[in-house]
Amino acid sequence: MHIELRNVSHEFTLEAGSLPVLKDLSFSVPKGRFTAIVGPSGCGKSTITRLVSGLLKSKKGEVLISKEVVKSPRSTVGMAFQNPVLLEWRNILDNVILPLEIVSKNISRETKIKRARELLKLVGLAEFEKSKPSELSGGMRQRASLCRSLVHKPEVLILDEPFGALDAFTREDLWQTMLTLKKQESFTCILITHDLREAIFLADEVLVLSGRPASLQFQLDVKLGDDRKLDDLYTNETTKSLAILRKQIEIAQKSMI
Amino acid sequence: MNYNKITIPLISLLIFCLFWEWIVWFNGWPNYKMASPSDLWPAFWKFRWLFLSYGWDTLWRTVVGLSLSILVGLGFGVIMGFSKTMRIALYPLLVGFNAIPKATVVPVIALMFVGFHDMNTILIVILISFFPIAVSISIGLSTLEPEYKDILLSLGATKFEIFYKIALPKTLPEFFGALKVAATLAFIGTNLMEIIEPHGKGLGHLFDSGKISADYPLMFAVLIALALLGIFLYYIVVMFESIFAGWAERN
Repeated sequence: MHIELRNVSHEFTLEAGSLPVLKDLSFSVPKGRFTAIVGPSGCGKSTITRLVSGLLKSKKGEVLISKEVVKSPRSTVGMAFQNPVLLEWRNILDNVILPLEIVSKNISRETKIKRARELLKLVGLAEFEKSKPSELSGGMRQRASLCRSLVHKPEVLILDEPFGALDAFTREDLWQTMLTLKKQESFTCILITHDLREAIFLADEVLVLSGRPASLQFQLDVKLGDDRKLDDLYTNETTKSLAILRKQIEIAQKSMI
Repeated sequence: MNYNKITIPLISLLIFCLFWEWIVWFNGWPNYKMASPSDLWPAFWKFRWLFLSYGWDTLWRTVVGLSLSILVGLGFGVIMGFSKTMRIALYPLLVGFNAIPKATVVPVIALMFVGFHDMNTILIVILISFFPIAVSISIGLSTLEPEYKDILLSLGATKFEIFYKIALPKTLPEFFGALKVAATLAFIGTNLMEIIEPHGKGLGHLFDSGKISADYPLMFAVLIALALLGIFLYYIVVMFESIFAGWAERN
């Protein structure tokens, strides 16, 4: 599913007046591509996820998913956040099934379980399907959260800093899990992140947003191909790309002050 | 584990009774000042049938009143939990109402519905116990993290689905905490009405009879019977809690 933002502007109404967060933002993510969005803190990145998912309506401009204007939430979207927000009273398997209970009420529980198990196996949680979320580590909880976001085979996957709260090594593990999922499942993905290495490792292109109100400042195509390894992050070429992105972030930060 | 859960409370109860017996004996108190545990058995035995029948009266009124107060509390809690306007509008009213000592409401209710003793008693129970339930549910619902709603909202879930699948179960631990408070409050409600309203039934009435006939051991025996009923109801609530909100307990 092709995602497109056309001249999107948005502002929040506060008691002190209005706070513009997005200004004339346009970009598109072709079907099946993985796009990372980086930018200074508080520049309105999370607002983009809410606009694309239909949880929020833009004040100006439009958001399109496969040429259709997004007006309300749709069942073809999956979301994962920094906080895995698993339901403590359900075991891991039932947590992963949750979206199916909303969007595919008519399919049998066996079919739902089969689908959930397929994903749990992919992320290495097959043995933990009966565990309670509180019994798992932060990284495992986030894996379960990724499974939940994909269980209903969404065409669009929106990830809002899903690895932000994890330690460095767990994060690298999760990156690899994400690549596995990307190979097995077909989705168009928007990843919001603060981690430039993560953006390069996972995405096909990286968008840099300017400071608030955010618009598109820079776009970088990642040339790592489909078979990526962590070692690829330490090549000269990646280092150069990182340096370019770093420079762009600095420019964006200055535009904010 | 289970062995300890039963023996330890029993031992503590025994120690408590021994201490009580001793302190009465040591001070040489007459039974109108403080009856001792050994005075209570004769009182229980003498009025055993009354205790059974009145105890049942008190228990069922309390349980019915408590059940209805859950409905009322849930109603107010849901309204105040989901609507900020309603929360602002209703809180002062509820707090003010709750601040009125219920003992003063009892004669008002008794006069309003003369002759409907069961209904009056149940009404007082509702008035006294719905407040903690309403507050806990409204707080539980209004403090639900937005991400919890987002995971379902982004799929196009209805408000009812969000309430039923996420908000309600997430609020259950707070609800049961409040229900434990409400269960003990409910007995206060039943007994207020049973004691204050004439021609009553129930343990409250038995207490009043003991007072009128200067049967002090009987009064103490009623207190103990009420304590036992309170413990019984409390653990019933605990049992339901472990069934429906056991997930909140961490080992």
